[in-house]
Order: sequence, then C-alpha cells, then structure tokens
Amino acid sequence: MSLLSVEGLTVALPPGGDRADAIEDVSFSVDAGEILCVVGESGSGKSITANAVMGLLPKGLPVRAGAIAFEGTDLLRLGAEPMRKLRGQRLAMIFQEPMTALNPLMRVGDQIAEVLQVHGAAADAARRVPELLAAVNLPDPAAIARSHPFRLSGGQRQRVMIAMALALEPALLIADEPTTALDVTTQMQILRLIREIQSRRGMGVLFITHDFGVVAEIADRVAVMQHGRIVEQGPAAEVLNAPQHPYTRGLIAAVPHGAAPERAAITGEEVLRVTDIAKTYRRGGIFGAKAVVRAVHDADFTLKRGETLGLVGESGSGKSTLARCVVKLVTPEQGEIAYDGTNLRLLSRAAWKPYRQRIQMIFQDPYASLNPRRTVGDTIAEGPVTHGTPRAEALGRARELLRLVQLDAGAMDRYPHEFSGGQRQRIGIARALAMRPDLLIADEPVSALDVSVQAQVLALLAEIKARLGLTMLFITHDLRVAAQICDRVAVMQRGAIVEQGPTRQVFSAPQHAYTRQLLDSIPGRGWTPPQL
Amino acid sequence: MPAFTVKDFWRRYRRNKGAVVGLVVLLLVMLMAATAPWLFPGSPWDMASAPFLPPGEMGMLLGTDSLGRDVAAGIAHGARISLLVGAVSTAAALLVGVTLGAIAGYLGGFADDAIMRFTEFFQTIPSFVLAILLVAIFTPSIGSVVFAIAVVSWPPVARVVRAEFLSLRGREFVQAAEVLGKSRVSIVLTDILPNALSPIVVLSSLMVATAILLESALSFLGLGDPNLMTWGFLIGSGRSVIRLAWWMSVFPGIAIFLTVLALNLVGEGLSDALNPRLARQRGGAA
Amino acid sequence: MEVSKLLGFLLRRGVKAAVVVLAIVVCNFLLVHAAPGDPASVIAGQSGAADAVFLEQLRRQFGLDQPLHVQLWIYVKSVLSLDLGFSHRQQQAVSLLVLERLPATLLLTGAAFVFAVTLGVTLGALAAQRVGKWADSLITVVALTFYATPLFWVGLMLVLVFSVWLEWLPSFGMSSVGADLHGLAVVWDVAQHLLLPALTLGLFYLAVYARLTRATMLEVADQDFVKTARAKGVPEGRILRSHILRNALLPVITFAGIQAGQLLGGSILVETVFAWPGIGRLAFEALLARDYPVLLGVFFCTSVMVVLFNLVTDLLYAIIDPRVEVAG
Repeated sequence: MSLLSVEGLTVALPPGGDRADAIEDVSFSVDAGEILCVVGESGSGKSITANAVMGLLPKGLPVRAGAIAFEGTDLLRLGAEPMRKLRGQRLAMIFQEPMTALNPLMRVGDQIAEVLQVHGAAADAARRVPELLAAVNLPDPAAIARSHPFRLSGGQRQRVMIAMALALEPALLIADEPTTALDVTTQMQILRLIREIQSRRGMGVLFITHDFGVVAEIADRVAVMQHGRIVEQGPAAEVLNAPQHPYTRGLIAAVPHGAAPERAAITGEEVLRVTDIAKTYRRGGIFGAKAVVRAVHDADFTLKRGETLGLVGESGSGKSTLARCVVKLVTPEQGEIAYDGTNLRLLSRAAWKPYRQRIQMIFQDPYASLNPRRTVGDTIAEGPVTHGTPRAEALGRARELLRLVQLDAGAMDRYPHEFSGGQRQRIGIARALAMRPDLLIADEPVSALDVSVQAQVLALLAEIKARLGLTMLFITHDLRVAAQICDRVAVMQRGAIVEQGPTRQVFSAPQHAYTRQLLDSIPGRGWTPPQL
Repeated sequence: MPAFTVKDFWRRYRRNKGAVVGLVVLLLVMLMAATAPWLFPGSPWDMASAPFLPPGEMGMLLGTDSLGRDVAAGIAHGARISLLVGAVSTAAALLVGVTLGAIAGYLGGFADDAIMRFTEFFQTIPSFVLAILLVAIFTPSIGSVVFAIAVVSWPPVARVVRAEFLSLRGREFVQAAEVLGKSRVSIVLTDILPNALSPIVVLSSLMVATAILLESALSFLGLGDPNLMTWGFLIGSGRSVIRLAWWMSVFPGIAIFLTVLALNLVGEGLSDALNPRLARQRGGAA
Repeated sequence: MEVSKLLGFLLRRGVKAAVVVLAIVVCNFLLVHAAPGDPASVIAGQSGAADAVFLEQLRRQFGLDQPLHVQLWIYVKSVLSLDLGFSHRQQQAVSLLVLERLPATLLLTGAAFVFAVTLGVTLGALAAQRVGKWADSLITVVALTFYATPLFWVGLMLVLVFSVWLEWLPSFGMSSVGADLHGLAVVWDVAQHLLLPALTLGLFYLAVYARLTRATMLEVADQDFVKTARAKGVPEGRILRSHILRNALLPVITFAGIQAGQLLGGSILVETVFAWPGIGRLAFEALLARDYPVLLGVFFCTSVMVVLFNLVTDLLYAIIDPRVEVAG
C-alpha cells in the first residue's frame, strides 16, 4: 500500500473562471521513502493538488470527486478536527515564500515549539527546538531560536520552515515550490537538505516545482501537469530523457541547455566602457542607526559593437544597479560611463536626452513594466513622439514593430491587461526598439516567464539582435540562460565583478571560487536535456 | 489596475447595493439643495408661523423653532451650505495634499523628509481644536470655515498620495518612461497621476463627508457664518430647548446623518468599482 | 526589547516629541500674529476690559514693539516656563484654569477610549470571524451608522431618550448639585454622570475601531503565515488569538495614536452638550467670550497630551513589533 494515494481527484473552480475545474481526474501515489515531483507551468493546478492533500483548499474551491488515501485513511471523509490532528503530525508542508511564511511577531523558536504544543508534546519543546534547528544545519541554534524572522535570510527562514515541518517526524512532507524564491546557491543547499533528511528518515515527499532542473536534481518519480490534468507520469529518468507526451516534450525542449556553444569572438569597435563606478546606499536618519551598502564597486567592463555581455549573479549582487547606472536610473557617485567616448555620468538630464534614443532598456516584470492606463499603440509610439517624431508616423512604426515582435496589429488599441505575460514582454521589446537604439539593456527579461514562453522570447531577442545589429547588456540570475545567449559573461558578487570572459571559457574553466560555486548550483547540472 | 470603461465601472459599482442607495440619497440631497429657493421661498431666517409648533401642525412639516422659523426651510437651505462647504474645502485640501504628497513621493530624499515631518506635525495636533481656533481668530464666516476645514483635512491626502507616488515611482513602467527621455512633469502627469487616481477619488468622497461633519460641529458651537442657515446651527439652537421642542434638534441631525452616510456608502462603492481585487478580498461588505 | 535599547528608543522619541511641542508653541505664536488686528488685543481677549493701559502693558511684556524673532523668543520662553498667559475675563492664569479642568477631561476621554477600543476591537474581530453572515452585516451597519452620525447630535439624542423621556440618567454636570455624598456614593454619582458623555464620545470611535479591526483581520487572515499555522495543525481559535489578532492589532495601535487628538477635539463637543466641567467646556466658554489666551492654552495643552499619548503608543508598538528598533 502506498503512503499517499490520490484517485480521480477533481477540484472545481468558482464559476466564471477560464475552465470548469482547477484540477480534473488527478491520480498519483507517493510511497514512503520516495520523492514525487509534480511539475507544471503556472496555472497548471499543481499547487491546488498539494493544498487538497493538506486539506487547505480555500472555500471557493470545493472537491468535486475523487479520494485521497493517506496511511489507509480517506482524508476527504475525515472531519475537521481529526484532519487538524494529522496536519503537522503525520502530514507537513513547506511553502514558496519564506519571507512571508513565518509570523513576523513571534520568535522562531516559539513558532517551532507551537507545533509540539498543539500536538500534545509541549514538554519536549525546550529540548527539541535546538535539536531541530541543528538538524537543518542552522548555526548557533539557541540564538536562532530567540530571533524574530526579520533577522534571518530567506534561506535561513526556509530552513526554519523545514525544521518546523519535521518537528513531529511526519510520514509525508509536501513542498510547494520551496526553492523558487531563493538564490541558486541557497536553492542547491535546501534541495540537498531535503534529499538528505528524506532519505535518512524514509519520509515520502510530494515536491511541487516548475523547474525541470530541480526535477532532475531531486525526483525519484515525476508527474507532469497541464491545464489541471496529469498528462504524463513515470520514473524520473524516463520522463526526463524520453518524454512521451507532446507537452512534456515541448517543455523539456524549452529548458535552456547548460552548455555554452562555441562563439566567434566579436571584433567590432568599443561602444561602452564602464570604469571605476561606485554606488553606495546609506540608510537611516538623524536618530536611527546608519547602514551603508556598497551596491556597486570594482565593476569595470566594456562592450563591443554587436556583442552580448551577460551580467550574472544572485539577488543583491548589484547587477541590476550596475545596469541602471548605465541609463541613469541610478546615479553613481563616481566613475566613468563612456558611451562612444562621452562620459554619460556627467551629463545633465537635458544633455542625456539625445542618448535616450540610442540606449534603451527592457524590464523584468511584464505586469509592472507597461502603463496600465495607456493603449499598446500609444505605449510603443510614446518614445519617438517625445523626441519629435510626428504622432501618425510613430503609430505607423508601432504597427510595424508589433509585427516584428510577432503580435497582431489589432493589439494597437488594446490595454496591457488583455495580454499574457509573454505578449507583454514582446510589447516591452517593441517599445524599446521604437527608439531605434543601438545599445539594448535587458534586465532579467525572461525570469518572470514560464519556461516555454521564456524560450520563445529568448529566440525573438536573439533574432532581432542579429537582424538589427544591436549591442546588448543582458542581466540574468539564470546561468543556463546566460550560456545560451551571451558572447561574454561577467560574474558579480556583492557589488563587484569577480570574473569575466568569453562565456564558454568561464563555464568550462571558471577561475574564481564563487563562479565555481554558482556553476555547481545550477539545478540539474548532471542532466543534459535530450535533443527532441 | 487596468483601464476601465465607464460601463465597466458602473457594472462594478452597481454590485454594491448600499452604494447605489447612497448615490440615490446623495442625489436627493443635492436636489433639495438646488430647489430650496423654490421649495421654501424667502429667507429661512424669517418667521413662518407661531413659535414651538410641533411637526405637522399648521402646515409646518417639521415644526417651528423658538422664533417661529420653519425647521424644514432651514434644513433645505442648510443643505446648500453643507454641500458647498464640503465640496470647496475638500477641493482645497486635495490641491494642497496632492501637490505636497506628489512632490514628496516623486522626489524622495530631503524634500520627502521635510514634507512628511510637516504632515506628521499637522496630524499630531488636535485638528478640531485647531479648526476652532482658526475660525475664532479669523472671525466666523464661510471663508474662514472652509479655510479651517481645508487646513485640518489635507494631511491624510498627502500621505496617501505620497505612498502611491513612492510605489509607482519605483514601478518599471515609470522607469521605462524615464529611459524614453520623457520630462519629469510629463511622467508625473501622464504616467504616475492617472494610476494614483483611484485612492484619491475614494478618499475625496470620504473627505466631503468628514468636512460636512466638521462644518456642522463648528456651527453647533456657534462658529458658523452668522448670515447663513446651517444644519449645525439648527441643532445648536435646539440644544437648550430640547425638553420643549425635540424636533428642532432631531430633524437637522437626521439630515446630516443621511448625507454623511450616503457619502460613505458612495465611497465604498467607488472603492469596490476602482479596486475590484480589494472588493473581493473584503468578502462583499455592506 | 532589551532595557538599553528601550531607553535609547525612548530617548529618540522623547527628542522628537520635544521638537513637536516646540513647533506647537511656534504655531500658537503665528496664530496670534496671523489674526487680523493688534496682537495685543488678541492676547488680552476681545471681551476683556481691554483698556489702553493694559494693552500697553501687554505690548511691553511680549515685546510687541520689537522685531518678530525677539517676540517669538519671549513667547517661547514664557510658554516653556508654563506661563500660558492670563485670562483677563476670568482673572486667573490660563495654566491654572487648564490644570483645574484637565482631570475631568482625562476621565471622560479615558473612559470613552477604553470603551471604544475594547468593544470596537471585539466587534470588529467578531465581524471578521463571521464575514458575510448576518452578525457581520449587523456589526458593519451599526458601525457605519455611528461613523456617519455627528457626535454632538448623538449626545443630544441620548439626553432626549435617557434623561428627558426615561429619566434614568442625569443630563449635565459631573456630580449632583447640592447632594452631600461620601465615599462610594461619590463614585457612583460620578459614574452615573459619566455614562452618557463617555458613551457619546466613545460610540463614534467604537465604529472606527470596529471597521479598522474587521478590515485588518481579514487582511491578515489572508497572509502566508496564517496558512503555515494551519498546516502545522494549530486549532482555529489559537490561530485567531496568537497569529491573526496580534498582527491585526498593529494598525489599531497606530490609529489610536493618530486619533488621540480627535478624541480630545470631540470632547469639546461632548462637554458642551453635557456641561461636563473639563477643558472642552472651558474652551467653549472661552469661545463665547472670545477669550483667546484660554483658547490658545487649551490648544497647547491638548496638543501636548496628544504628543504624550503618541509616545505611549509608539512604545507599545515597539514592544509588540520587534522590527521597530531596526527601523529606528
């Protein structure tokens, strides 16, 4: 008998949704001692599946059919009180957002102790809490237990969540995208931790993720979900290397290959030279404690015409700040940003204006980067109009650009909220191209997109870049993406560039310890996606 | 925060039944104010009948006061002052609040610090006491009443607008506008302000309600314009004779209550219609 | 929070409060000078026997013939030495008048505050618990009703019903005139007099707290850590108490600080309606007599009360929310 077996589970959506059921006829099982990965893109119903097992579905999403058997008990027929007793004791769950998953007003130790208290093991709390914190490799457990969550980093909080989940040694752990909000190096540590604890205790794990790299890293078996249904499931090696269903094949084909192809060295003249710039943030006022953050320092680089330079690094490494310095969204306090020989840093707002036509930017969040109150046509035409192009001409050009980014000309008069994330990102690209720039700065342009959409947008960017002969500064946290698109990469850590060089060279023979650590942390680095 | 058509807006607004009722009541009050000179010709200060007539007697629908003035006429004419004071003082407070909030939120840094300390100061001092002091020192008139109400009402606007501007300023579409080379004025007016309007609109309907309450309280204390009939004055003049003539205080109070309630309901409706996400979160309130 | 940090925090807030008090003094000074006409006659009060000799004396005392900044300095010095001027009409120092009336006002506003907060938070929490059900609708409607009703009118209606018609409770003053009471009887007498005014003042704020608590409880209930608690198997009652309510109280505390001034302002209206012998009543009497020194004194005194109360709410907030000390 399986530890958990879900049969024909169907959960309804509230009326008026884009489909009748959130998940439909979902069946799978998890054995003790195995990790089942449920993988799918956003909206596939994978999180709802996890919440249904925990009995934590919101009121608007009723279970319509099916059975969830856990250790022989049908959870769907269990009353609220017995179900509560199971939660935290036999079934435990960890969530995606470590920053918000802990009560900000309660000490971390008290939050862990609470699990023990509500399940009648309060007497053990004083002994168990430090033990548990030590078990998830947190340094100085006694001090951590006394801390409030805001003192801890994202990775530390996720460890606390895991400690909390393990407190009563549950039989099944449900992990809902537990590493998505974390940096790669932290992600790898957490994945290893889950793997280690799971095998040591023989726990079953239901692991929800959107990332096939993570699947390759951790899964024993895989179930692939699309539009609320499981379209394929099987042992990890089979699904990853010989996917059967067209949807799985498409997803796996879209996964960026970790390997960097051989590229010819770019020999054009120098377009941009950034030297000796520094940006420091100071926080705190007259009465408060002061904090100084050196966001960027020691980050010199150059860009040749037609080249794509990748700035890679984890969150807080200063890569976005550096890129924003180039377009004066952030003003560095020293250094030189030489563009075609002119130091842009010293220019006034007015003197900068002509350069706005030559340097443009693409942003990360497709939902925040378009003005919701302006039509797509106006959004794209706005830049040229600001610089004196007659409106009619600018709108005509906007129409052409929509075609270039593979959108229908009918999009002109519509508003951003009518488009999907991938489509919005194309609109953002068209807005930048409308200025006919020769230097394009792309700040994590695909990190907010699903993997299949991500592949399309990357292909579009590569094609446009080649066709228009653009120079590109490409910021990303995802080394697999950088490998695919960049001629050269510069690795940033704590505000400084620690290593730069041709992509293939940096990937195959990293010089700096941090670069090696980053490369080691690419999830699924041992797996080469099959050529499909 | 997508763009709405008027039809969308109305559809969402209509879903809140209380807000529809509020709108109807508000329109009725406005109608009463507009038609007061025809409904009750002549000055509401003139004697209309015998003093202290209970409601309904001798054709006096809501009775008469100690000098034989028609309470109903006072209420109808008072509506004009209440709505006028509410609207004008709110407009003035919005002008100050939006300007200061926008400067603080958009520029940040020292300007933000200075403006926010100033705003906090105004929020700390007891606003009603300040209003009384202002009207008393500048002698009661409709001008000083509007001025005093505006002076004590702008801080919440400045705070809301500042918060909105601060968050919008960091949004990527505003950064994109910077990168396109748009001027600061153009960014504030075409990119930030239109997206900050929803909370301002909701807030202003609540501010009109608060202003009407404030005005009535000032009039009640005898700080109204001595030449103008107001609801607060009516209640104030009925206070000492409440044992004799309850109607003098009761009916003007009901008028204030209905108007203020209507404005609050309209505010909730606007909020639901402009922030559909929040409306769902609130679980379909009232 | 440890003691040393607490002291540092108190010191920082104390300095801030002192700056605010100073700003209020300057504000008072500006008001006197912004008034139309001779500042001396404003200080004297219009209805005081403003004879020429007295005005001349005032001009000398406040240095009104000297440059503005010197006048400001003289004024600030006198206020900070607790000299709030002299009420010519009442023939008494303003500071004495205000201090004499302060306890009555503190009793009234304190009672109203406690009533409004405890009942308001309870009702708001109940409504949030039963969101969409009839109890929620009822509480929401009642809260909205009191929110939209003028304070002074509520007072009059309570007098009409409970004093005039039912004759249950006294309608004015703080104690029965001419009664010779001792011990507990005094307390009982004052309590009876206090009930209606405190209710009047409290009902509006009860509405405010109920609405605020309901809204923040619903907001907090949606947050991730509540789901975490549920996943841990914490019973609903405990989730409500130790997770939702505690977090939802933070905005309530902030709000209590913000509206302390409104509560004192409202007491002017309530004290006027019920002839409650506090500083609100004093302000109303001064208003009728155009006794500006007293009005300015009341303004100064209420402002200082608010600043002190804000100090307390800041401290309370800092004790509940561990993140504050970092934010400075």
